[in-house]
Amino acid sequence: MHPWVIPLRITHARSTVNHMVHYQARLDRTFAALSDVTRRGVLEQLGNSDASVTDLAQRFHMTLTGMKKHVSLLEQAGLVTTEKVGRVRTCKLGLRRLEEEATWIEQHRQLWSARFDALDELVEHLKREEKADAQRKRR
Amino acid sequence: MPNVKEGSSAAANRTAVKRKSDRELVVTRTFDAPVHLVFEAWSKPELFKQWWVPKSVGMSLLSCDMDIRTGGTYRLVFSHPAFDQPMAFFGTYKEVTPHKRLVWTNEDSDQGAVTTVTFEENDGKTLVTFHELYPTTAALEEALAGSAEGLPEQFAQLDELLAGRS
Repeated sequence: MHPWVIPLRITHARSTVNHMVHYQARLDRTFAALSDVTRRGVLEQLGNSDASVTDLAQRFHMTLTGMKKHVSLLEQAGLVTTEKVGRVRTCKLGLRRLEEEATWIEQHRQLWSARFDALDELVEHLKREEKADAQRKRR
Repeated sequence: MPNVKEGSSAAANRTAVKRKSDRELVVTRTFDAPVHLVFEAWSKPELFKQWWVPKSVGMSLLSCDMDIRTGGTYRLVFSHPAFDQPMAFFGTYKEVTPHKRLVWTNEDSDQGAVTTVTFEENDGKTLVTFHELYPTTAALEEALAGSAEGLPEQFAQLDELLAGRS
């Protein structure tokens, strides 16, 4: 485990009620956001390309107000981010989650590269020892 | 047959890390050595502790108890300058098949992953596949969320740096 990961796992294991409540609330928001077929459709759509709230309302045959509500719930769950440029509000898949995932993968990659480089060296050493042993026996 | 590139041990990107599904993480690497040597490095504590905690990680391994057999247990205790208390990682070996497969549990967390390591020799080289299966999507999400939330201050900066570069 990586230093950023190990202490965190420990922190989680000994986590305070506060942290659990915080995490629980976050999870609740995520599940609530995903519990609706339209919102899942919106995520799928945004997976293909960014879209304005107006585009989404048209595509899903609903009012602008209705779509705004859906987008707002997705936004609160961190699944979608929005940006208003001029009069158009553009929605895209939540950066924060993607960043978290990229960070997590990168941490694992760094750890495992370092770990496996060390294993590589050790295995090379074992290989040389074994060869030397075999030569000694042959003599 | 996979075409394994020859190169120095410093060659970058030979270690592949992938999130295989909502619940799985997979790390692969090929070692230029026969499987019995690679397996030995995983299954003998005195060898295992020489590589499992890379120096760059800044942690020290205080103790390393490994009873490597199916049903046996392990316990690793680490220290890190940022934390007052040592940290213990422990679990049970669900399967130990020499030169083929190791499966262990991670019991230090209630939602710990099950780790499976497989070894495949091909043409004198050994492909190692390290696979972590979390019990639920939420458990992996928690590990994921943990990497960006509630960080000790000294690591938060580094996180920002990484996020900025990705």
